[in-house]
Amino acid sequence: MNDLTPTSEERSAKLKGLGHSRKRVEDARFTQGKGNYVDDIKLPGMLFGDFVRSPYAHARVKSINVEAALALPGVIAVLTAKDLEPLNLHWMPTLAGDKQMVLADGKVLFQGQEVAFVIAEDRYINADAIDLVEVEYEELPVITDPFKAMEPDAVVLREDLAGQTTGAHGERRHHNHIFLWESGDKEATEDVINSADVVAEEMVYYHRTHPCPLETCGSVASMDKVNGKLTVWGTFQAPHVVRTVASLLSGIEEHNIRIVSPDIGGGFGNKVGVYPGYVCSIVASIVTGKPVKWVEDRMDNLMATAFARDYWMKGKISATKDGKITGLQCHVTADHGAFDACADPTKFPAGFMNICTGSYDIPVAYLGVDGVYTNKAPGGVAYRCSFRVTEAAYFIERMIEVLAIELGMDAAELRAKNFIRKDQFPYQSALGWEYDSGDYHTAWTKALNAVGYKDLRKEQSERVAAFNRGETRSLLGIGLCHFTEIVGAGPVKNCDILGMGMFDSCEIRIHPTGSAIARLGTISQGQGHATTFAQILASEIGLPADSITIEEGDTDTAPYGLGTYGSRSTPVAGAAAAMAGRKIRAKAQMIAAYLLEVHDNDVEWDIDRFAVKGAPEKFKTMAEIAYASYNQAVPGVEPGLEAVSYYDPPNMTYPFGAYVCVMEIDVDTGVHEIRQFYALDDCGTRINPMIIEGQVHGGLTEALAIAMGQEIAYDEIGNVKTGTLMDFFIPTAWETPHYTTDFTETPSPHHPIGAKGVGESPNVGGVPAFSNAVHDAFRAFGLRHAHMPHDQWRIWKIANDLGMHG
Amino acid sequence: MSKMHLKLKVNGEEKELLAEPRELLIHVLRERLDITGPHIGCETSHCGACTLEMNGKSVKSCTVFAAQANGAEITTIEGLAEPGTMNVLQNAFREHHGLQCGFCTPGMITRAHRLLQEIPNPTEEEVRHGMAGNLCRCTGYQNIVKSILAAASEMNAAKEAAE
Repeated sequence: MNDLTPTSEERSAKLKGLGHSRKRVEDARFTQGKGNYVDDIKLPGMLFGDFVRSPYAHARVKSINVEAALALPGVIAVLTAKDLEPLNLHWMPTLAGDKQMVLADGKVLFQGQEVAFVIAEDRYINADAIDLVEVEYEELPVITDPFKAMEPDAVVLREDLAGQTTGAHGERRHHNHIFLWESGDKEATEDVINSADVVAEEMVYYHRTHPCPLETCGSVASMDKVNGKLTVWGTFQAPHVVRTVASLLSGIEEHNIRIVSPDIGGGFGNKVGVYPGYVCSIVASIVTGKPVKWVEDRMDNLMATAFARDYWMKGKISATKDGKITGLQCHVTADHGAFDACADPTKFPAGFMNICTGSYDIPVAYLGVDGVYTNKAPGGVAYRCSFRVTEAAYFIERMIEVLAIELGMDAAELRAKNFIRKDQFPYQSALGWEYDSGDYHTAWTKALNAVGYKDLRKEQSERVAAFNRGETRSLLGIGLCHFTEIVGAGPVKNCDILGMGMFDSCEIRIHPTGSAIARLGTISQGQGHATTFAQILASEIGLPADSITIEEGDTDTAPYGLGTYGSRSTPVAGAAAAMAGRKIRAKAQMIAAYLLEVHDNDVEWDIDRFAVKGAPEKFKTMAEIAYASYNQAVPGVEPGLEAVSYYDPPNMTYPFGAYVCVMEIDVDTGVHEIRQFYALDDCGTRINPMIIEGQVHGGLTEALAIAMGQEIAYDEIGNVKTGTLMDFFIPTAWETPHYTTDFTETPSPHHPIGAKGVGESPNVGGVPAFSNAVHDAFRAFGLRHAHMPHDQWRIWKIANDLGMHG
Repeated sequence: MSKMHLKLKVNGEEKELLAEPRELLIHVLRERLDITGPHIGCETSHCGACTLEMNGKSVKSCTVFAAQANGAEITTIEGLAEPGTMNVLQNAFREHHGLQCGFCTPGMITRAHRLLQEIPNPTEEEVRHGMAGNLCRCTGYQNIVKSILAAASEMNAAKEAAE
C-alpha cells in the first residue's frame, strides 16, 4: 500500500451507499421536462376515450341514446354496459371482494359515476360527443350519511346484492351493510372500562378526503391484433397485480399482457385501485384495434377515483386516577361509498385499523368496524399511509388528549406515562400485532426538549391570562403527537391482495465491466427508488450506486411484486434488494477465492472487495470479480453474475415519531399561523437522509391540508361540493410553514438492513399534531373535541360556540 | 370547425400550424408540437403544472387559447437551457431536492425562472408569494424555496463577478 491507496472511508464514500445523501438520478430528466408520464405517450392512430358521467347520486338509468353522438364526425364508438355485458365486463371485482359497475348497469349510485365511454379521434370531438349522449334518469332517494344508511327503512342502494346476507367479510346485517370486522376482546374490554376510575368517551370523525396527486389517473391501451399482445401504460402503483387482474378479466393469457407504469406524477394511494377507465380503454382498444388513451380531468379525479378516510370512530378509553391507561374500545362506522373498493389486504377489510392502541401499553382493547354503503364514490384508499393507519393514529392521539382533559393532566406527561417501554419490544399489542422495535421515551424527551415544551406551556398560560384580561385575541396551541405506524405489508401468511401474497422482489444482473442493472416489483411515484435502491445495493455488493441502474414498472422485464403503497417498498422490496445482493456476494466470494488461490472461507468482504484474511493487500474488487465471472472458467461455478430474491417479510415494520406543532389562532377570524413545527422520525436505518427529509416535508404538507381544510364534501342530495382545486384545499408555498426535522434511529431487528420505511409517517403523525394544536389552543376555554377539517370558519365556530365572541 | 392559421415562436423556433379557435395552448404544444414538458394537472389555472412564458410573462397555458398566442414568443421548460444541459435553476432543484415525482417541476422551474427576472434577489417571503400559483403535492415547498433562493444567489454572484 502507498499514499495513493484509497482508505476504507474513501472507498466507502465512493459507493454512495447507505446513509449517503445521494443526489437523485431521476432529476436530470424531470428538471429538463423529459419525464415520460402517461399523458405524454402518443402512439400512431391513437384514439381518445372519455366518460359520460352521472349528474345524480342515485338514479335509475331509463335509457341511453347514443345516436346523435355516433353521428358526429370523428366519433368511433360509444360503449355502454350493454356492450360490455357479453364480455362479462360491465361489472368488475374490487380489491375488497365486492364488485363495481364499470359502466352504469340499470342505475347509478354516486355523482360522477361512469355511464358510457365515448371513443373519438381527439379529445375535443370526444367532449362534444359526451354532450350528445342522451341519458334519461329517474331520481331515487339519496343517502350520504352512513348512520341513515343503516336505518331499517333506508332505501336499498345495492339492489344487485338483494337477499345476500353474507359478503366477502362475513355477515351483512342490513341491506346497506357491508361487513363487521372485529379485533380484540370485547367483553374483557367492557369489563375494564365499566369498572375504571376514569373513562373518556368521544366520537372522532376523520372526514372524507382525497389523495389528489398532481397527475390524475390515466391509461393508454394498445391491442396488437397481429401478435395477440395487449400493452397497457397506466398510472399503476401495482403494475403486476394489474396484469394478473387484466388477464383474469379479459381471458388474455398473462404472458400476452404487458403492463407498464411509466413515470408517475404522484400517487399517494390514488393509483392503487383498478378503475373503469382502465377497463374501458382496454376494451376500446380491443374493439377498435387502435391504441386508446383515457386520462381523467381533475373533477373526474376528485369525484370518482379513490377517496380516503370517512371513518366515524366512537371511542372509550379508561385509566386509573393517576393516568395509567387500562383499556380502549373503538367502534367505527366506515362509509365506503357505493361499492366496497377499499384497497386493503384481503383479510383486513378495515386495513390495519387495529393499530389503534398506538404507542401505548394498553392491556386490553376491542375494535369493531362496520362497513356501510352510501351514495358516494367508492374507494377508501390509504392516502399516504399504510392501510387505515392514519385513521388509527388520529383516533388514539385524540383519545389521549380527551383523556388528559378528563384526568386534568398534561397530555405530554400522560403519553410518557403510558408509552411501551424500550425493554418491552418485541411488544405484543392487545389487538394482535407484534411491534418490532422502538424507543419512544427517548424520542419523546428529545422532541419536548427541542421545542422547549415547558417554556411553551408557560407562555401558553400567560397568553390565556392575557386573553382573559382582554389584552389579546390570539391563542397559542401546542399540538402533540406520538405515533406508531405499521407498514411494509406484508407476510404472505396473512397478507394478500386478490390472492397474491404481498412479497416483493429484486433481480440483479452484474455486467462484465462492473456496472449493474437491478429490477424490482415496485414502482416509484416520486419516492426516488432509482436513487435509494441503488444505494442499498451499493452497500451490499460494493459497486458504486452511480454504476447501478434501477428499473421498475414494466411487467415484461421486472420480477413480480405487489407494488408501491403502504410504505412497503423499502421494508419489502428494499429487503429483497439486500437479499439478492447477498446472493451476488456469496457467488462472488467463490470466484474471488478461486482467483486468489485460497479457500472460500479464507477471504472476507471489505466494502467493495474480497480480501484474503490477514492479508488485506491481496484482494479482488467486485468489479474484477464481475469481469472474471464472464471470462474465466471457475470450477463448479456457473458463468455470469446474477441473482433474484423474492422476499416474504417475517413481520411488518413499525416506524414511529414525535411531532410538535405550535400554532397561533386568531379567535375572531379563525385564521391560524403555524409558528413552529418539529418532526422527529424514527424509520430505522436511514438510507438517504436527504430523501427522508423531503418525504417528511411533503407528508407534513399533506397532513396540514387534511387537518386544516381539505375535504370531499357532499350536500344532502349527493352533489360533490369540493370537486375542483378552487374548493379542494391544497396548500401553496405561501400557506405552508417551515418544518424542522430530526431523528432517532432504532433499526428493525428483522429487516436485512434494519430499515422501516418513512414516506407515510408524516401524514400519519402530522394530522393529529395539527389538529391537536387547534384543540389545545381552546382547551383552557372548555373545548373537548371538534371535527376536522379545521378551516377558518370551523375554527371561528369553535370560538363562537364557546362564547368567546362576547 | 374551421381552423385558424397560427404562427408561434416556441423555444426559439418558428412554428406554423392550423388549430381550431377553441383549442387550448397546452394541447397544441403537447399534442401537435410534441412539447410535453408543461403538464396538465387541473385545466382550471389552479395548479400551475402547465406554466410557461408567453411574451415575457408567466402564463398558465391550460386557460389560454392557442389563438391568443398567435404571434407570441413562448418559452417552455425545454427552452430554458440547451437540450441535454441544465441551467442554474435546474441544477439548484437537483442539488437541494426541490422535486420528487417531477410532475409540477417544469411549471415550477419555468415560473421560478421568470420570478428571478422580476425579483433578482428575493426574500424567502417573496419566493413563497411569487410561487403561490404553482402547486406541489410532494415536497412541501421547503426545498423548492431553498432551490430558488440558492439559484438566485448563484446567479447574483455570477453577475457580480462579471461586472
